[in-house]
Amino acid sequence: MLTVRNLTKTYAGATERRVLRSLDLDLGAGEYVAIMGESGIGKSTLLNLIAGLDTPESGSITIDGIAVSALDDYERTLFRRRGIGFIFQAFHLLPRLSVTQNVALPLYLLGIARDEASERVHVMLERLRLADRADDLPRSLSSGQMQRAAIARALIHGPRLVLADEPTGNLDPENAALVLDLLRSELAATGAAAILVTHSHTAAATAQRVLLLSASGLQPAGN
Amino acid sequence: MLAVFGVALGVALGVAVHLINASAISEFTLAARTLSGDPDLVIRGPLQGFDEAIYPEIAQLAGIEVASPALEFDVRVPGHRPLHLLAADAFHALRIHPALFGNEFADVHALLESDAIVLSHAAAEELGLKSGDHLKTQVGTQSVALRVIAVLPAAASAQRIAMADIATAQWRLQRLGLLDRIDIRLAPGADPADVAAKIAALLPPGVQVSAADAQTREAEGMTRAYRVNLNMLALVALFTGSFLVFATQALTIVQRRGEIAILRVLGLTRAGVMRILLAEALFIGAAGSAFGVAIGFVLARIAVERFGADLGAGYFSGVTTQLHHDPIALAAYFVLGIAVAVAGCALPAWTAAVSDPAPALKAATALETAGSARPWWPGVALLAASVPLALLPAFDDLPLGGYAAVAALLAGALWLAPAVAENVLQRLPSPRDAVALIAVHQLRGANSQLGISISAIVVSFSLMVAMLIMIGSFRGSLEDWLRDILPADAYVRAGGAGQSSFLDAATLRAVGALPAVARIAAVRIQELRLQPGRVPVTLLARDMDPAQPEALPLLLGRSLPLRTDLPLVWISEAAADLYGLSAGSEVNIALSGRDVRHAVAGVWRDYTRQNGTLLIERAHYVALTGDERVNDVWVWLGPGKSVAMLSEELNRALGGAGLVDVRDTASIRNASLLLFDRTFAITYLLEAVAVVIGLFGISVGFSSQVLARRAEFGMLRHVGVTRGQIAALLGIEGLLAGSIGIAYGLVTGAAISVVLIHVINRQSFHWSMDLHVPVLPLVLVSVVLVLAATATAMLSGRRAMTGQPIAGVKDDW
Repeated sequence: MLTVRNLTKTYAGATERRVLRSLDLDLGAGEYVAIMGESGIGKSTLLNLIAGLDTPESGSITIDGIAVSALDDYERTLFRRRGIGFIFQAFHLLPRLSVTQNVALPLYLLGIARDEASERVHVMLERLRLADRADDLPRSLSSGQMQRAAIARALIHGPRLVLADEPTGNLDPENAALVLDLLRSELAATGAAAILVTHSHTAAATAQRVLLLSASGLQPAGN
Repeated sequence: MLAVFGVALGVALGVAVHLINASAISEFTLAARTLSGDPDLVIRGPLQGFDEAIYPEIAQLAGIEVASPALEFDVRVPGHRPLHLLAADAFHALRIHPALFGNEFADVHALLESDAIVLSHAAAEELGLKSGDHLKTQVGTQSVALRVIAVLPAAASAQRIAMADIATAQWRLQRLGLLDRIDIRLAPGADPADVAAKIAALLPPGVQVSAADAQTREAEGMTRAYRVNLNMLALVALFTGSFLVFATQALTIVQRRGEIAILRVLGLTRAGVMRILLAEALFIGAAGSAFGVAIGFVLARIAVERFGADLGAGYFSGVTTQLHHDPIALAAYFVLGIAVAVAGCALPAWTAAVSDPAPALKAATALETAGSARPWWPGVALLAASVPLALLPAFDDLPLGGYAAVAALLAGALWLAPAVAENVLQRLPSPRDAVALIAVHQLRGANSQLGISISAIVVSFSLMVAMLIMIGSFRGSLEDWLRDILPADAYVRAGGAGQSSFLDAATLRAVGALPAVARIAAVRIQELRLQPGRVPVTLLARDMDPAQPEALPLLLGRSLPLRTDLPLVWISEAAADLYGLSAGSEVNIALSGRDVRHAVAGVWRDYTRQNGTLLIERAHYVALTGDERVNDVWVWLGPGKSVAMLSEELNRALGGAGLVDVRDTASIRNASLLLFDRTFAITYLLEAVAVVIGLFGISVGFSSQVLARRAEFGMLRHVGVTRGQIAALLGIEGLLAGSIGIAYGLVTGAAISVVLIHVINRQSFHWSMDLHVPVLPLVLVSVVLVLAATATAMLSGRRAMTGQPIAGVKDDW
């Protein structure tokens, strides 16, 4: 489903910094992979490149046969809209939209009819145990509830790939466990593939495969 | 930098206005002192002069050392501006006017020659004359040559004046038996009040004795409303400068939220935060003030050189002005600029100081807490207070209540602006489009940045609307007035009030008999005082039917049919206001040294003279005064006749061209409207500045939002919102904020315009106007501003659109 080949990324500046060097990665449909590694090694850069939010120095990224790295900015944006879901450490819910409106945002962007969008959001919120907070504004939610709403938003439009960066970084252990459990079950339910970037071994352990990113590239954890 | 510009703008306008005003008064005082010399008391009468028979009695009164009779009037010099002439007794004047008649030319006896005249340096230079040349003047419709016996050095007087012996002026310029002034020098030890009382007892009605500086005080009083209004405009500029500081500091604080939070965490107290931010404002104020003082000085110099010290308003015509230097005032404006900057920064600094540091340190800045709702009652109270304030009478001839009403209206409108915006937004239906949905919900949050944007629009646009409606009303009323006041086909002017040129009775009859003329109405223009110590009013004596006076724009409800044996007078609004008169009142008018009681038949609108005008029937005036001279003649042409034919016939009848001015109605009307448009041209510049400030406010408001919402925009770009959609999002927000601000500004501006028209203008200048709303310009300006607001919001958000979306959420990745 996702194929990354010879991916290299260098940040220009006063001192040039190469964060990724000839990196390869393969991800199957519905596969859930965790990537760990020390800070600054390039985990987030890898996610940005896969999402088409940044451009590589060299190499290719192909998702479902589409060469993401060859698309222009507008095409990459539309590609993200349809095919990728995001989960952020700080949730990034829009503060002035209700939970329902936040979750429905990807559907609205795709032009899904309001009634159908409402129905799908309702079902998703039921599954994520947020139905009773549907009309509330984000600021009235707990951190765990906010992240569950963010997961709902990431999955509501049925993306082929979910990218999650430290989704439990702002959560206490209990909420973190609940969020990871829900994420895993929703991924299974929707069939979306996912890459989880984390420093947490507990979080990584929920993935089907754990990779370690180092200066020499991606390797299975434990090798 | 923009905040510095804002303060500089306000200070510059304030400094410029102050320097121009101070220069005008200073130069007028100097000029008046030059002409009046150094007397202790001055006796003055009407513009046509008073009988010299009273002079011997005055001169012999105890306590008077010198009594110097004088004539002072404008002499027509064909092809040039009228020349101001001071004619005095050469020997007496040595004592009173040493600067002009003293040691400046070799032999005072030469001035006694019957055609001798002395020119000031400025007059000689402009007229291109030197000692020994002849100056050709016009007296009546005759040419009279006067010989220049000397030219004063430039140091003696900067003014454009001429001096002559009084006998020469009386004889050669047809003022036999008349005086305009008697300058009195008291004997040592004499009590001025006692001597003034003795003099007053000898004076006929219409002739008054006053202190020497009364003329300067009159000029100050006459121009005070104009000067105060200019100062108010400068204060508005300073207020907008303060607003710019407020807006930029509010933006800066959003940008530096994290930095301030870190300082607080490290132990900086709230007072410490306040001190830092206010110190920055102090620096901004000092820099802005320094620039402002320098720019204001240059502006004042340019304005005085180009337009004169009254900026073309005509109050000090004939006075040569040099820029007045006033270091104390400059220092005061420097300090005022700093104070304004600190005041503008106070609220944002306070907000920053009292904010808890913890939320600012969090990455999720978008998840801000809801702001506490502002109580509405202060806004409503301010709006309500504007009504009684507007109804207050003028205080010391100044519309202080009106100014306070405008300030209350503006402050109340600004206070309520966020609540009004929120109310309107809550009533908007929830859009179906995702981008529009986010835009509407974002604005519904009504945070402080939206408040800044809306307030900026309301401040700038309401003042612009008020000025547009006021100027539109004034122009519309002026057009109506010109249509009413100019009923004839052509107007012949021999000379202005008090000038040496005029048409005598024989010439007037000759004009009436010209083949091109079907009918004429003659006008005599004089000036006289209705009350001691007041500025003279203009007296118009016109040929008319008292039962049905034509070309008189009588005000509805201010005239009434009179059953009286008294002669009738129609008074202008200014005369009504200044002397407490109304239709049906009775008033004494001093004519030819005696008071004649008149009944006020009506009040009419006069946009020409601010100090009051009295209109009486000319036949009645001639019967009382014997003065058959006229200044203007209204001419109705015969069938098939033209103004050109009239001019030609007039030149033939008068024996020369250029002795009178002949204008048709259209040219007077067009010239008047052109002068009006030129006078108000500066306001269009101020309006343009206001628009820039409004757009700047929108820009600051949206820049703040973009900074605060970087994470939001970053997230939106992640989930597939295109750059164009982000632009559209900000555009919709700008469109909505702009539309609400402009609609609200229209209402506020309309309310302010009512106060400007009916209170401030009325109490300042004593003329009313009808409401003429310039609908098309207002619609056009509104549409342009809404579009500009939309574009400005989109441009302000460029950073959000062009930057990498990663940056917005990078704290997380």
